[in-house]
Amino acid sequence: MPELENNLKTAGRVKTSAYPIEHYVADIEETPVRATDSATAEGAPSSLWREAWRSLRRQPLFLISAVLILAILVVALFPGLFTNEPPNSNCLLANSDGGPAPGHPLGFTQQGCDILSRVVHGTQSSLTVGLFATLGVLVIGGLIGALAGFFGGWVDAILARIGDIFFALPLILGAIVVVQLPFFQQNRNVWTLVVILVSFGWPQIARITRAAVIEVRNADFVMAARSLGVSPMSALIKHVIPNALAPVIVIATISLGTFIVAESTLSFLGIGLPPDVMSWGNDIFSAKSSLRSNPSAIFWPGLALSLTVLSFIMLGDALRDALDPKARKR
Amino acid sequence: MSSTLGNDGITEVRSTPSEVRPLLELKDLAITFDTANGEVPAVRNAHLTVMPGETVAIVGESGSGKSTTALAAIGLLPGNGRVSGGSILFDGEDITNASEKRIVELRGSSIGMVPQDPMSNLNPVWKIGFQVKETLRANGLPYSTQDVAKVLSEAGLPDAESRANQYPHEFSGGMRQRALIAIGLSCRPRLLIADEPTSALDVTVQRQILDHLDRMTDELGTAVLLITHDLGLAAERAHKVIVMYKGQVVEAGPALELLTNPRHPYTQKLVASAPSIASRRIESAKKLGVATDDLLAPSAEKSDSKDKVIEVKDLTKVFKIRGSWGRSTDFTAVDNVSFSIARGTTTAVVGESGSGKSTVARMVLGLETATAGDIRFDGVDITTLGRKELFNFRRRVQPIFQDPYGSLDPMYNIYRTIEEPLRVHGIGNAKSREKKVRELLDQVALPSSMMQRFPNELSGGQRQRVAIARALALDPEVVICDEAVSALDVLVQAQILNLLADLQAELGLSYLFITHDLAVVRQIADHVAVMEKGKLVEQGSTDEVFDSPKTAYTQSLLAAIPGAGLVLPPEAA
Repeated sequence: MPELENNLKTAGRVKTSAYPIEHYVADIEETPVRATDSATAEGAPSSLWREAWRSLRRQPLFLISAVLILAILVVALFPGLFTNEPPNSNCLLANSDGGPAPGHPLGFTQQGCDILSRVVHGTQSSLTVGLFATLGVLVIGGLIGALAGFFGGWVDAILARIGDIFFALPLILGAIVVVQLPFFQQNRNVWTLVVILVSFGWPQIARITRAAVIEVRNADFVMAARSLGVSPMSALIKHVIPNALAPVIVIATISLGTFIVAESTLSFLGIGLPPDVMSWGNDIFSAKSSLRSNPSAIFWPGLALSLTVLSFIMLGDALRDALDPKARKR
Repeated sequence: MSSTLGNDGITEVRSTPSEVRPLLELKDLAITFDTANGEVPAVRNAHLTVMPGETVAIVGESGSGKSTTALAAIGLLPGNGRVSGGSILFDGEDITNASEKRIVELRGSSIGMVPQDPMSNLNPVWKIGFQVKETLRANGLPYSTQDVAKVLSEAGLPDAESRANQYPHEFSGGMRQRALIAIGLSCRPRLLIADEPTSALDVTVQRQILDHLDRMTDELGTAVLLITHDLGLAAERAHKVIVMYKGQVVEAGPALELLTNPRHPYTQKLVASAPSIASRRIESAKKLGVATDDLLAPSAEKSDSKDKVIEVKDLTKVFKIRGSWGRSTDFTAVDNVSFSIARGTTTAVVGESGSGKSTVARMVLGLETATAGDIRFDGVDITTLGRKELFNFRRRVQPIFQDPYGSLDPMYNIYRTIEEPLRVHGIGNAKSREKKVRELLDQVALPSSMMQRFPNELSGGQRQRVAIARALALDPEVVICDEAVSALDVLVQAQILNLLADLQAELGLSYLFITHDLAVVRQIADHVAVMEKGKLVEQGSTDEVFDSPKTAYTQSLLAAIPGAGLVLPPEAA
């Protein structure tokens, strides 16, 4: 041993202290050494989605927005459950701008129609536009963004520039212009409105998807899959997209609310849904002339609109907290 | 076996004749973290004394509480952590519950800090000089341009005056770490806490930085609390080594004493598996190989065998770096590299970052096309393979990647992960595939109850085992390990290396081992190729290269292995 110590000292590799240093050893009973990296398999397996669901269930924000959205969906699907009054017919001018009356708890519009009934029946078209516009941007924007992000190079350059062109046009302004085209003038309904909203809304989702895909694309597990012989396309579908989905879902949920607002805005401007379709935007539009004499005609559809949009934005926020790995690591 | 020393031992140290007060003293320190799952104790009963001018190293694996302990001393615990017991004395003053004001006073001027990651610890929008100046000013020292330049040049930055006007992105990793050391020492603190100061750097740079840090702290008489995961490095640089395990100090003592006479079982394990100290070939493979000799005819012959499974010849890869206006410059990442792998053996390609070693791996895997040269697999040039032939080639060569957190798809459970290669290549039916997955899990020593788990529930070592099982699913002949163990703790690393050695003996696998860690090479490789800046500078059998390195570069690499000078008698290791 002294020989060894000499060796080490001459090599200049060991330091000696000016102070005496005791050799301390902890009580071995109290500091047991566990097997290195032993495998334990307790409890149920938990995937990322399951983890996300677990953290979602405990979030008040999620619970409140989920209850609200469920209620809104029920109203949209079964308006008959909430009111027996037909929304369009049975409007008596005698009731114009009337206050609450038996059977008509929210009062009447200027045309003498039941406000409750109009708000309840208007849910369906507003929600349909929001849901299908979101689905549309998810499919189109998601596909374009995923292809641009995964393949990069000139594919990315072309798709990104096309997206930028659409991105530069504000949704509402673009919609106002397109609605003036003869085809849309002649066919104004929920579906043409969805088409217009999708064609101006997809670049946002495409950008988010592209960024998410680029992040995942370079992960080692994609490389591992490729070296197993998985083709680029199926690596994209099986590995990249599922892992890039979380941020896209969050943005899509929030944008559902903005599409509902866009529908109302366009209807309010008189270029969205035709006047005979029941929608909150149309109701707000027709109530604006009697704003002073009958504020409740604008208040109730406005409240319904705000609540719906708010609950989708809250849901999006809750999802972001649950799905964002950075927020979850804490 | 338990020592009679305890608190008493430490008290004795304090009342030594020299009558010098310890600079930093932690007594029975306990730290807890408030998490979503309640209070989690991170550190318990931690004792530690640092005398003036002394270098003390805390060694431990990730999660052992070594950084937390050191951060507590400087009052920098994360928001949800707190000191829940014991006391912290700095130069006799109890600073356990000192006011924020007092702690701020101590920081910088009395206790300096060199953080771990040189890439993220300098603010990218401010010039280096400004960041030094800020420190000087905050501690009430003169902060003229000359003062800043002086501080930087002391830390070994050449041409300090003009360097001070550069931004962090213009600095290399080593230079940034020097700048951080300059900042840490600029106010002449009496204690410097260095948290893994060099773990992000190449070994040769690491050595320069640590040598310089040694010299500076010697001259200034600064005490250093060095936090590291590398026992060899700790032993080489510190007077005293403290080993932490699961939040407790398990052993402490003079560096040499601890290496030659480890008394706690954990320290014994650590000494036995630290690659820089136990620098010899893992034997298990050979032993097993002897036992089942007839199965392993090729591997038994080792490198004398003429049977080359992979032959790389004049391999070159040139990347085009895009400049402005469509101009591009050529960057030669791999330059005329030739080597071969004999069947059943391990060839290691060693190099520092930027040496082109990973590019070689990617080309051999067929993930990157070579600019020139050829790669022969079993005599067939893979650079000319068609789509279908390439698909078949993939079955025979499989990779294991570095980052065990990135190489498994987080959305796939373990069963799907390991089954994927079988499914992609259309092997067997659902039932036979399940049987195969069970066998593979068994081979990598994971229970088959793991099959339904997801990667996020596994530790790094377990993930790496899953990655190995996936790589073995197609019964490949060659496995390419790209830094496969460098992200793992020492003990886990030793376990995985043993597993790889066992599998080689059992299945006759050939490995191409890409690594920056020469110590690991010694443990696993038969043949070594050293790369520097895209060129192969030296190759030969592991013993040849380690015992008589021919080029200066290899010599400097070998000398830079932390603890390289600490050759221990076999019975101690």
